[in-house]
Amino acid sequence: MGLEEYKGVYVFAQQVDNEISKIAFELLGKAKDLASDLNTDVTAVLLGSGIKGLADQLAEYGADKVIVVDDPELKDYRTEPYAHGLSEVIKKYKPEIVLVGATAIGRDLGPRVSARVATGLTADCTVLEIGDFPLNPIPNQEQKHNQLLMTRPAFGGNTIATIACPDNRPQMATVRAGVMQAIEPIKGAKANVEEFNPGFTPDNKYVEIVDIVKSVTNTVDIMDAKILVSGGRGVGSPENFAILEDLAKVLGGEVSCSRAVVDSGWKPKDLQVGQTGKTVRPNVYFAIGISGAIQHVAGMEESDIIVAINKDEDAPIFDVADYGIVGDLNKIVPQLTAALKAELGK
Amino acid sequence: MKVVVCVKQVPDTKGGVKFNPDGTLDRGAMLTIMNPDDKAGLEAALRLKDEYDAEVTVVTMGLPKAEEVLREAMAMGADKGILVTDRVLGGADTWATSTTLAGAIRNLEYDIIITGRQAIDGDTAQVGPQISEHLDIPVISYAQDIKIEGDSVVVQRQYEDRYHVVKAKMPVLITALAELNEPRYMTPGGIFDAYDAEITTWGRADLKDVDDANLGLKGSPTKIAKASDKVRKGAGEKVAPDSPDEAVSYIMDKLKAKHVI
Repeated sequence: MGLEEYKGVYVFAQQVDNEISKIAFELLGKAKDLASDLNTDVTAVLLGSGIKGLADQLAEYGADKVIVVDDPELKDYRTEPYAHGLSEVIKKYKPEIVLVGATAIGRDLGPRVSARVATGLTADCTVLEIGDFPLNPIPNQEQKHNQLLMTRPAFGGNTIATIACPDNRPQMATVRAGVMQAIEPIKGAKANVEEFNPGFTPDNKYVEIVDIVKSVTNTVDIMDAKILVSGGRGVGSPENFAILEDLAKVLGGEVSCSRAVVDSGWKPKDLQVGQTGKTVRPNVYFAIGISGAIQHVAGMEESDIIVAINKDEDAPIFDVADYGIVGDLNKIVPQLTAALKAELGK
Repeated sequence: MKVVVCVKQVPDTKGGVKFNPDGTLDRGAMLTIMNPDDKAGLEAALRLKDEYDAEVTVVTMGLPKAEEVLREAMAMGADKGILVTDRVLGGADTWATSTTLAGAIRNLEYDIIITGRQAIDGDTAQVGPQISEHLDIPVISYAQDIKIEGDSVVVQRQYEDRYHVVKAKMPVLITALAELNEPRYMTPGGIFDAYDAEITTWGRADLKDVDDANLGLKGSPTKIAKASDKVRKGAGEKVAPDSPDEAVSYIMDKLKAKHVI
């Protein structure tokens, strides 16, 4: 395999219901940095049905080129037609780097595609940069330059590793949502749009979608919130989340929760913060009745200010909180809401 | 019906993470457990055994010590346990791991393969889908419900804001979420039997249709450039106010000082 044949930074531009997912714009922002370091360009790969019209939007967010794979088989996400589409794009265009969002789609698509094109895949990356591998010269080992260095947390966020894929191409990574920065969109930007259809013939790997059930819960993404009021099992009941909602409302924030709350069926999955939920970095994160398991902390520790309220003075959440208050959330939270109302109403 | 479940022995992070005095992770002090998502996958398989008399074979790859999770699985009700262990398989990334497990599973008959969505040590969620690719069968990831309909499975596949009800003909690979079910406990009789049960051990030579170039550390396309225990943000202030009023004025002062309000 001639590694030098592989050129360009490619982004899987995830869309759902023919709306481009925010992660695609974030990946394009990062891809632009990487492409500039490598002196190459950025290509978005858009798969779906009836999605050609979305290409300009990708250009506005930094794509120099958009490869559109438009086929009725790609209407709703299914592993096989999507894996086929993206693998065929990789085989034909030979990108040097392929970035995929670490979403419920990307974490299924990425591994399937990487196995098909026989390359490595690094999961859930939080930092991507171009550098040397090995990082420092080692006697009797070639040091390769211009490698994609992929940094990711492991062990529930307790360790971090930087990983390279020196001998296979493309270098593939899935990237955590909410970590990379999208660029300010360039209005009116146009990309070079190329259509490509490798043919989609259903086989044993094509599953049938019998039904699609959308959750009918809140519409605001907690990853966009500037202030999050997050509750854990310590809140005690789904009804008692009302006091968190009141606090969130007075601050213009949103309510989120820990995995325990989702597992108990008190709140929907899309409000879950943590390793198996969402990574958030609001200006203020209130951790209320949350013990602070490392899996939770991994999803919120980048918040600017962390305020924790918990009756257990040994709760691990206090190890990451900027301001920890040992006390009864049932008394403190409503009073805090009242005090904020009085203060902000001035 | 034949069901193969892949499980992994992982360090327990739930029972409290232990740190060395310098703030790094003290792995030696942590217990090992069956990975939670895998345990849910095993429970799903055991329910198929209860309902359809499925034969459940549990496969793990790891050090010889990983035999413990197989015995635990058998004490819960699994029929057979296979340990894949060999020095040449060590240091594998997800590509080499999935190649190894696929090579082992090729020796087995299966209608359904179940893996956990991800392991709590690596958190990659890659090995399940990669095994399905090596075996050329469909994958349904993130399963929150599994049913059988004739020669097909009907699975609720979770996404961030929805789920799909997906139907696929067997053979199929399913990755299970921990929230799929509440795994059963081992039974005293099961523990007793599992202690004596025979565990099959396979090495490199027992893997079917795999190339040495794709195994172990050498066969792993991804290489670790650097690894370190994360330096965590330190604790800030912790106060234990005497009254809720005091707590509220403390928080209000901090929010003002930080210009939040």
